[in-house]
This record gives sequence, C-alpha cells and structure tokens, in this order.
Amino acid sequence: MSETTPMVRMAGVDKHFGELHVLRDINLEVPQGQVVVVLGPSGSGKSTLCRTINRLEPIDSGVIEIDGKTLPAEGKELARLRADVGMVFQSFNLFAHKTILENVTLAPLKVRRTGKAEAEKNGIALLERVGIANQRDKYPAQLSGGQQQRAAIARALAMKPKVMLFDEPTSALDPEMVNEVLDVMTGLAKEGMTMLVVTHEMGFARRAANRVVFMADGEIVEDATPDTFFTAPKSDRAKDFLGKILTH
Amino acid sequence: MNVLLDNLDLYGRAFLGTIELFLIAAVGSLVLGAVVAGMRVSPVPILRAFGTIYVNLIRNTPLTLILFFFAFAYPRLEIVDLSFFTRACIGLILYTAAFVCEVIRSGINTVPVGQAEASRALGFGFGQTLTTIVMPQAVRAVVPPLTNVQIALLKNTTIASGFSVFQAGGIYQELSENGYNVLVGLLWIALGFLILVVPLTLLQRNLDRRWSVAK
Repeated sequence: MSETTPMVRMAGVDKHFGELHVLRDINLEVPQGQVVVVLGPSGSGKSTLCRTINRLEPIDSGVIEIDGKTLPAEGKELARLRADVGMVFQSFNLFAHKTILENVTLAPLKVRRTGKAEAEKNGIALLERVGIANQRDKYPAQLSGGQQQRAAIARALAMKPKVMLFDEPTSALDPEMVNEVLDVMTGLAKEGMTMLVVTHEMGFARRAANRVVFMADGEIVEDATPDTFFTAPKSDRAKDFLGKILTH
Repeated sequence: MNVLLDNLDLYGRAFLGTIELFLIAAVGSLVLGAVVAGMRVSPVPILRAFGTIYVNLIRNTPLTLILFFFAFAYPRLEIVDLSFFTRACIGLILYTAAFVCEVIRSGINTVPVGQAEASRALGFGFGQTLTTIVMPQAVRAVVPPLTNVQIALLKNTTIASGFSVFQAGGIYQELSENGYNVLVGLLWIALGFLILVVPLTLLQRNLDRRWSVAK
C-alpha cells in the first residue's frame, strides 16, 4: 500500500432504512494515523455511517474501502477484513459468558490462531494498559460501565487493528466514568492509531481530533479541523447544533 | 414388597435398558436439536426451510407413530439393517430434537443482538459466532425448559416397548405373565422413574446456579 492510500475511503455511499434515507452520498477519507470525530444531532446517520465501515450495516450503493481493499460481501473475506478493523460499541457488548481475560483473548485465539500463552500475555498487557488487569477473572456484569468499555477497547486492540471505530463509546456511561474511557481513547490517538469516533463529547473532539465531520439528515455538512468547526462553523445546521450544546 | 424383591433382576435389567436408551437419546437429541436450531437462524434460506419443515413435521407427529415407523416400516425400506435398539434410539432422537431445537431457538432470541455483532466485528464467521458466542449463552438461558424436554424423553422411552426393546415400560408384561400383582409392580416402576428424574433436577439446579453467577 502506498503512503497515500487512505485507511478508510467512502465514496458515493447511500443507504436507506425503508423510506428513510439515512446516508446521502457520503464521501469521506480517513488517512492513516488520523483521528476523525463524527458529530451531529441524533438521527443524523452518524452511527449508521460508523457501522457501514465494517459492514455491520450493508449499503445500497457506493464504495467503501479499507486500506485500499473494497469491502467484500458477507463471507470469509469480509471476516478477515473485519479482524483488522476494531470496533467499540455504545453498549460494550462484551461476551457475557466469558471472563474479561477470555473476552480479550478469544478472537486472537480463534480468529488469528495465536498461541494461548502469547494471547494471554498480550491480553494481560492490554488490560494493564487500560487499567483493569486486576479484574481479569471477573465476568462483564461484575464490572462498572467504564471498566466494561475499557475492556471492550482492550478486546478490539488485541486484534492489532489497522483502524478503530468507536460508536458512541461513552453514551451509555454514568458521567463519572466517561473520562476514564476518554483517557484511554486519547492515549490511543496520541500513539497514532487511526480512529473514527462517533461521539457527543465535544471536549474529546477538541482535544484529540485531527478533523471534525459534522453530519445532519444523513449528509456530511462540514468537514473541518476542530478549531475551525467549533469557532467558525459555516453551515446554519452546525451553528444551530453547537448553539444547543455549548450554551450549557 | 415381594413383587420388587422377587423380581429385582427383572427391574434392574429393565431400568438399565431405560437408562441406556435415555442417555443415548438425550445426547443425540441435544446435538441434533442444536444443529437444527442453528439451521433455523442461519442466513442460508435452504437450511432455514429445512429446519422449519423438520420441526413442524416431527413435532406434530405422535411419537408412537414415529417409533412404529422405525419398528415396522423402516425394515421394509431395506436400507441398512439396524437393531431394534438402534432404531428406537433414532426414533427418540429425531422426535426429541424437534423440541430441543425450539427451546434452544427461543434461547437464541434472548441473546442480545450486540453479542453477535461484536463477534462478527472481531472477525468471527457465522459458524464461529453461533457456536462460541450465541449458542453457549442461549443454552444457559433455557436450562429449565431443556430439562423439561429431557424428562419427557426419559418417560417417552417406555413407548419403545412396542419395539421389543426391553426397558422399564415393559416390566409389567413380564410380571403379569408370572402372576404377580401388576398394580404394585407398576407403583415400583413409577418410583423408579421418580428416582431417575432426581439427578436431572439436581443437574438443572446446579447448572442454573453456576451460570447465573456468570452473568
């Protein structure tokens, strides 16, 4: 892959949910190492956009490429590609019947066919990095939301992904737990991980994002640096959106 | 009491036959039922259709009819010559699997869709997602109804006496031929079944307790 191949490329992507046109002609490129934060009011299609990138949501038309490879249809090829794309969900989705360490080692063992000793060593190292190594033998339901989300990040990182997708990672958390998750994400961003983050955390967007993409009604309305976006938004919809959140 | 003590050997052999039939049919029906349940939730239309037809056909057929088919009609088809015992096992497995399938499928519906999404996002295929993520959680959710189905199977083994497979349901025939009080004999058989069900109930409770901690 050449230097200029974007890690994620979406071109002319359209998607409907029945009558609802949720994604309208989306064109977006995320270069390697960049952190893109997707903002927008609820129902603007930002979560759907995030989920189309690893084809959890299929698209009607357009092209999506990961590291230069077009997303294939459901099957082995797609599974292989998904293994390289880490995903963190709003509701954590840790495997409820597995311990935290098992959650982190399962995919390396079964998908990557890593040896058990190595998978556990990496797993524990990742859990240490997100600060919950001492919880490794507990089940997800025994952890707080913030701990679960950090475990979910470790689980995604265990696959050594090329890019990480975050679908509203802090929206289901109690306020006092939001920062522990954002800290882990900021750390990742600083290390040069390519990230696409759907969030409502404006502080994170300002602090860690290279770019802010603002969506409304299924369209990308603005695509700018955080500074430009927050201080001088161009569109009325972005001004309206920022006015609603930033006045509090 | 005499009925039991005089015929201890008869009771022993008969209940061993019951246990043998039950254990084989239990394992077989759980495996087949899980496979058919997998078919019914698979993305492949042909597999889904097969699973649906199988369940609706078998579930709505009386067990006696299925066993009679294997006892009398199957030999005429002249496919493979199987012993009565094997044919009884097959009949019980096919019948019970339809019920196991539906119980497991309802268990699958209790597993949040996010579990499968997370699994697919990590690079697991459909088969791996089903067997390592969804199925184990589905089964955990349906231990009590699954136990019900297995207890019913245990009792259904008595129908195999129509097959000359010797098991507990056939005891009374021999007792009455030898002039014993059949009513008392039957009470002992009932007690025998009660005793056989106890370990199943204990197993259910044990699994339920262990798995509810892990949630």
